[in-house]
Amino acid sequence: MTAETPTGRPDPRRRRSTAHKLLRDPQAVVTAGLLLFIVAMGLLAPLLASHGPNESSLDHIDAGIGTPDYPLGGDHSGRDIWARLLHSINTSVVSALIGASIALIVGVAAGLVGGYYDRARSATEWTFSLVMTFPGLLLLIVLMPLTGGDFRITMAIFGVLLSPGIYRIVRNQVVGVKNELFVDAARVSGLTDRRILARHVLFAVRGPVIIATAFLCGSSIGVQAGLAFLGVGPATVPSFGSMAAEGFQNLYIAPLQVVWPSLVLGTMTASLVLLGNALRDTLEGATRRPSKVAALKAAKASAVDDASSALLVVQDLAIAYPTPSGELNEVVSGVDLRLEAGETLGLVGESGSGKTQTAFAVLGVLPPEAVITRGSIRLDGRELLGLKESELRGLRGRTIAYIPQEPMSNLDPSATVGSQLVEGLRAASGVSRQEARERVLALLARVGIPDPEHTFGSYPHQISGGMAQRVLIAGAVACRPVLLIADEPTTALDVTVQAEILDLLRDLQEEMGMAVLLVTHNFGVVADICDRIAVMRDGRVVETGTSLEIFREARHPYTRMLLDSVLDEETVRTDPPAAASPMAAVAESAGKEK
Amino acid sequence: MATPLLEVKDLRLAYPGQGFRARPVEILHGVSLTVGEGETLGLVGESGSGKTTIGRALLGLAEPSGGSVVFAGRDITCLPSKERRALARDIQVVFQDPYTSLNPSLTIGDILSEPLIVQGATAKDARGKVGELLDRVGLPADAAERLPREFSGGQRQRVAIARALAPEPRLIVCDEPVSALDLSTQARVLDLLIDIQRRTGVAYLFISHDLAVVRHISHRVAVLYRGDLVETGPARKITATPEHPYTRRLVLASPVADPVEQERRRAERRRLAAEAAPDVA
Repeated sequence: MTAETPTGRPDPRRRRSTAHKLLRDPQAVVTAGLLLFIVAMGLLAPLLASHGPNESSLDHIDAGIGTPDYPLGGDHSGRDIWARLLHSINTSVVSALIGASIALIVGVAAGLVGGYYDRARSATEWTFSLVMTFPGLLLLIVLMPLTGGDFRITMAIFGVLLSPGIYRIVRNQVVGVKNELFVDAARVSGLTDRRILARHVLFAVRGPVIIATAFLCGSSIGVQAGLAFLGVGPATVPSFGSMAAEGFQNLYIAPLQVVWPSLVLGTMTASLVLLGNALRDTLEGATRRPSKVAALKAAKASAVDDASSALLVVQDLAIAYPTPSGELNEVVSGVDLRLEAGETLGLVGESGSGKTQTAFAVLGVLPPEAVITRGSIRLDGRELLGLKESELRGLRGRTIAYIPQEPMSNLDPSATVGSQLVEGLRAASGVSRQEARERVLALLARVGIPDPEHTFGSYPHQISGGMAQRVLIAGAVACRPVLLIADEPTTALDVTVQAEILDLLRDLQEEMGMAVLLVTHNFGVVADICDRIAVMRDGRVVETGTSLEIFREARHPYTRMLLDSVLDEETVRTDPPAAASPMAAVAESAGKEK
Repeated sequence: MATPLLEVKDLRLAYPGQGFRARPVEILHGVSLTVGEGETLGLVGESGSGKTTIGRALLGLAEPSGGSVVFAGRDITCLPSKERRALARDIQVVFQDPYTSLNPSLTIGDILSEPLIVQGATAKDARGKVGELLDRVGLPADAAERLPREFSGGQRQRVAIARALAPEPRLIVCDEPVSALDLSTQARVLDLLIDIQRRTGVAYLFISHDLAVVRHISHRVAVLYRGDLVETGPARKITATPEHPYTRRLVLASPVADPVEQERRRAERRRLAAEAAPDVA
């Protein structure tokens, strides 16, 4: 209900496939294109090179570039560098495929099992922690006699050594997703665990695994080349590593020999890493910051007609968000509000009506991409739009205060309740630490917390939701603000707690004489506490009036529709239970068989 | 109502405690309730009262530590997973959050046909049935090819209801199915649920924290307080003349959408609170 940003509404354009989005990302296109080109060169090696990778010719030892049939010259054994380079690509590609696929098969399978079944987790966890302790490169060298030097077997072992990383990723994702309601719903639908894992859990894991695969391929290629560089493995297998090693030995005679393998190897691994990053941006939705539209924000206050005496005057306020296509989409279009000192105004509407956006605009805490296209917000005659952040900071806490919908997520879980309140109070009023502490304790007692000392030293998770909301109210009223903005302050609370919080708000308001702007969708709450009501729909205020006027003689059809939707006290279900008649049951089961 | 469709007897449920050698925390302390064929039992309680846990125990998503659950004369308290899966034909669920209860990567058609296919329907039959289900919950037929994110909260909840209806169950556990919805949507979804019940004779266990919602749809209401059932009875009686002090507090705490009436109710609630704890003030 808080998500009232324009992105929340269905938009057919958003249904673009991931592949489509990738194609629009130059980084992904360039790196994937490079990789495809290199792989194709490797596959076409027999056609592109006129010699085998191990064919040596005494005439071509250290031959220069451009020697006929030896486009890149010959190495110190007289082999065709061009041919060896192309065949080395194949070695790298095979290494990458083997290493990454083994790591994926082992890691994903174990991650799914370990994440989904609590009982299996300790076993998988233990196993993979053990695998992680193996010194990888050393193990591969030590096992050389066993593998017979075949780089494919070496890469398979390396794949197992890489699998803990994938296991961890998958396990974490699965643990997160298995308590999602749609997985529960699948279980209730009678799906087998295997089907749930394959169809409902695997998809959530998909993104991070695809990203990790690009990096796995890169490290497999690197390790294979590294081992060959060290001279581990047979010399007959062409590899960037062995080519670079030989080039090094020949550095003074033919300095370019080391450059070619390094260049291709570097291009391949860099492309894989960059492709991995591009995949991450696309799959995990790194949204690009909108282009600088904030400059528009300081829209000149439109012509202010009467210098009214009201505490808060919002005139013709319009808020827009940039769409992906670059246009502005208005979510609040021309809102007028007036709030007298000491009065409670209920801003009522359904989700998406723009009520929270309006409240955030008054607080000056709209998200950075929001643009205020026109209008004016005046508090005590002072224009708030166009104020600098530092000036706004001076107002917030002291003059305007805020109570959020979700008390728990608005408290820092890593600090005690008391220290957060003290910090806020000192930032707003600059009193000494000791004085702030005393004032906070007095406030906690005032908002109805039974043991202020104890709550002062508690962490947010140690107190209930109702208590947390009381704590936030204490923080909000600490500096006796003239305007309190409450965004669905009781929606997350139980009804009995809601009643107490509303009582508290009413008492505090009378005591301090502050004005309250209450954003809510609950007409019961409005009836309880509001003097006047403004009904919002699609970014506009459709009707304003005193509580009695709105509830008794609403004029706008939308207001009447909303009020009619309120489940009234008198309606009680009266029809008897619709016991399925035996005949209907028979007909239904017949339908099921068919 | 000779034998009720669902009979829960002395249901207890405990979660293992947090930390080394911690004692298990008992959430339900012996709850007994019945739901008749084609009936709606409203289950009201505040957060932490255990109302969702009861639903999960019936669905086999949480394992009771005591008591029994009898469905249509058969004990289903702790079933082996194969028999529990077969029970999906008879007991279904609609969850609170329409945003997380639908797999975001499957189309509506896939979401609705999946339970049918696992129950043995062919892909073609399932497709035909999907159209019928969409129609029954008031969604257009072309919804089948679209993804959940293209729908509003109310429409998604209709999809979730259609999914629950797919195997033609005899009981649907509705866990706060309308509390995440807007006011006008809420009323429409409730009317849809009532309409479906009248047509198919399905029974609902309707879990909610909102007395107004429960009153609207339930034949009988059960009030749960801290893991115990404190009061059960016809909807009108529970909401008009509650007996248990907690129920009374709950009724008085629910704000009514009328300033004058609400002021009266508030005064009464405050008077009651002052009586209950005279020494606090």
